[in-house]
Amino acid sequence: MNITLKVWRQKNNNERGRFETYQVKDVSPDMSFLEMFDVLNEDLITEGKEPIAFDHDCREGICGMCSMYINGRPHGPLQGVTTCQLHMRSFKDGDTIVVEPWRAAAFPVIKDLAVDRTSFDRIMAAGGFVSVNTGNAQDANSILIPKTDADLAFEAAACIGCGACVAACKNSSAMLFVSAKVSQLALLPQGQVERHERVIKMVNQMDEEGFGSCTNTGACEAECPKNISVENIARLNREYLSAKIAK
Amino acid sequence: MTSSKLDARIPEGHMAEKWSKYRSTVHLVNPANKRHLEVIVVGSGLAGASAASSLAELGYKVKVFCFQDSARRAHSIAAQGGINAAKNYQNDGDSVYRLFYDTVKGGDYRSREANVHRLSEVSGNIIDQCVAQGVPFAREYGGLLSNRSFGGTQVQRTFYAAGQTGQQLLLGAYSALMRQVGMGTVTMYARHEMLDIVNIDGKCRGIIARNLITGELERHFGHAVLLCSGGYGNVFFLSTNAMGSNVTAAWKAHKKGAFFGNPCYTQIHPTCIPVSGDHQSKLTLMSESLRNDGRIWVPKKKEDAEAIRAGKLNPNDLKPEDRDYYLERRYPAFGNLVPRDVASRAAKERCDAGYGVNATGEAVFLDFAYNMKYRYGKVEATKQGIENPTEQQLFDFGKEVVKEKYGNLFDMYKQITGVDPYYNPMMIYPAVHYTMGGLWVDYNLMTTVPGLYALGEANFSDHGANRLGASALMQGLADGYFVIPYTIGDYLSHEIGTKAISTDHEAFVEAENGVKEKLNQLMNVKGTKSVDHFHKKLGKIMWEKCGMARNAAGLKEAITEIQELRKQFWADVRIPGGLNEFNPELEKAGRVADFLELGELMCMDALQRNESCGGHFREEYQTEEGEAMRDDENFAFVSAWERTGDNQWTMHKEELKFEYIKIAQRSYK
Repeated sequence: MNITLKVWRQKNNNERGRFETYQVKDVSPDMSFLEMFDVLNEDLITEGKEPIAFDHDCREGICGMCSMYINGRPHGPLQGVTTCQLHMRSFKDGDTIVVEPWRAAAFPVIKDLAVDRTSFDRIMAAGGFVSVNTGNAQDANSILIPKTDADLAFEAAACIGCGACVAACKNSSAMLFVSAKVSQLALLPQGQVERHERVIKMVNQMDEEGFGSCTNTGACEAECPKNISVENIARLNREYLSAKIAK
Repeated sequence: MTSSKLDARIPEGHMAEKWSKYRSTVHLVNPANKRHLEVIVVGSGLAGASAASSLAELGYKVKVFCFQDSARRAHSIAAQGGINAAKNYQNDGDSVYRLFYDTVKGGDYRSREANVHRLSEVSGNIIDQCVAQGVPFAREYGGLLSNRSFGGTQVQRTFYAAGQTGQQLLLGAYSALMRQVGMGTVTMYARHEMLDIVNIDGKCRGIIARNLITGELERHFGHAVLLCSGGYGNVFFLSTNAMGSNVTAAWKAHKKGAFFGNPCYTQIHPTCIPVSGDHQSKLTLMSESLRNDGRIWVPKKKEDAEAIRAGKLNPNDLKPEDRDYYLERRYPAFGNLVPRDVASRAAKERCDAGYGVNATGEAVFLDFAYNMKYRYGKVEATKQGIENPTEQQLFDFGKEVVKEKYGNLFDMYKQITGVDPYYNPMMIYPAVHYTMGGLWVDYNLMTTVPGLYALGEANFSDHGANRLGASALMQGLADGYFVIPYTIGDYLSHEIGTKAISTDHEAFVEAENGVKEKLNQLMNVKGTKSVDHFHKKLGKIMWEKCGMARNAAGLKEAITEIQELRKQFWADVRIPGGLNEFNPELEKAGRVADFLELGELMCMDALQRNESCGGHFREEYQTEEGEAMRDDENFAFVSAWERTGDNQWTMHKEELKFEYIKIAQRSYK
């Protein structure tokens, strides 16, 4: 396969970016999208040009580091798949593919396709935990959890923190990310003690970071590579409201 | 004889009492003094995050460094199958002793008994801790925790969260870490890479780190430094490790005096998705837990294997009697659940003999059809009161059960290969997965440099020559949550009088200059070939000559080839971009430069070990049936390599004494 790529190049956060066009030849359908970038970068290096900077690490869809906006969709055309697990068999010979970084005020560009997502870490530091020091725990089986609750909590906890939800949202809202953690802990007995405090602190931090508001369009769920449900946002709203009333 | 330079500092007393006695008598640091003691943690995976949060909870001032953009990305996140603990929740005869025994035996009697026993003792606490944090482990309908089986054991002691156990455990440890960051007791340095340690008066007192966004070099002081930087499987280029996983932190420490233990012990995992072409950048694991329900086979007849390879025969159409379930045949007691080293070698043996099933001849089948239909399908049909279910009904019922257990793995397999494993057997082949070797540490997890510790996969201590499945997560969290908080007191209690040392100290200046010089040297080569070009070549040498099977002639060749490749690298590597900016190629170059030195040491270690044990299989030393043949008389030791000059090493030996387990030929038959 031969592919034409239009890739966003930006030297750093202070300089203006632009699209550059590249031709990639002899692409195998078994290559992952990132492996195609490896091939392109190898060519660029040989030509004495600067390779394209992009974030990636585990390349098996779980670390959440890869983050390309492909043909206007975070992580590309497939549902429930990260960029690193997207393979070239999803494209056709002769295709032109446009690749951009995540675009959100709270995710400033570092270089080319790599962005800064430390705002997510700060939201987690504000309240995304159960306050239990090491060594304090009781026997694991003394906390009984109905399987249905455990399964729901697990589904929410499957979030990989990649930021696709923010990139997909016209408001750059981080509600799906925040709601996944709030839901996981609200569904479990371990999370009950700090339930109200947690949701208020996390939402406040989210607002402080400059993420937009949720207007219930659901693009986040549609583009989430882990299929995190917007039901979590509904749960977050309930949690937030009841925390405010209780206050 | 154990070298006089190595003191494992194993406490006296009976095995079952060593750790409890140690904990009760180890020196303590009072809370007021802890506030003045600073600890640096390099790496934020299970070991690093759990150590950092636990030490911060105790009151120490902690700094954490990771090269990824967030602590949550560390490669522990990709662990799939589970975590072992001797809880005996299944009432199937598990105990601390049995976990200890299985781990020592699984490691082919090349691990340190006292460390492994401690690991088994604290294993239960880990599960308690994780559940308290809100880790959503799999549960039964009654609300209790669920368990499954892993290789090398006959009890069900593995706790799991679908095929994402590592993710859930890491997010638990990450949440504990972020809590401390929010409280100001931990300072987080993401996108930072440690490039050297700083020793002052014979003690480790800090690190030099590069800010990967600005390229700036930073000096950081610590009363103690913990390396939790993972393993070095990427020396093979293709492995199941993340692209960024590297040996650099451990290697820099090695060059500054930390001995390297058992570098040749590499784990080749039997169930990975086979290589598909030259473009391949990494290999993906299919969890060992799949071997609970998947049966591994190749055709009995070569002509059938050839027909399958040529696409002329659908493996689903091959009759059961024409299939060779070779693990069940060779190891009836453990069957498909033999340890990883045994399973990997058996797959290689069949493929080398011409029975491989993919185009390259390097793949075997992992087949779920039988258990899906006749195990789970039947049970479900019975539950629903269907007496004579059709084949289709059995399949449909079984598929749902399998989906619940392994859904994400099946999806991943389909995504990568384009083949749906619900309808076709998976194709798998062994791949580099984990490194049992690492920095040599004593019972306290301290390296041979005072004040410098190594935790998790970065150390050598618990898995001997082969790690059992679901034990890496256990060890990482044991080291971080339950070992280092105690053992570090033994050192820091003597440091309460040490004031924070200024980073203007000449040792910091000197170390920073050394790093600067090395980076400049790399940038100034201005050659013609990319970093990956050299990395791939190194990987090929390592895989062919220091991989699943090794022999003396091949290892000697490999050493010469690596030396030559290293010369070429320093003469011809091309790194675009600048020093003082975000430059992923420069990061890679530094890591590959270190792999090019480590590779040689791995081959030297493999060459001196004239026996086969665990993951280290020397072709010259095998039984008539092709099993690994140990030499306990001459090789029951840990090799600890001291670097004495540029690519010059001296080997020290730590004798292994087995007092509580009778050393025996390992058998899974």
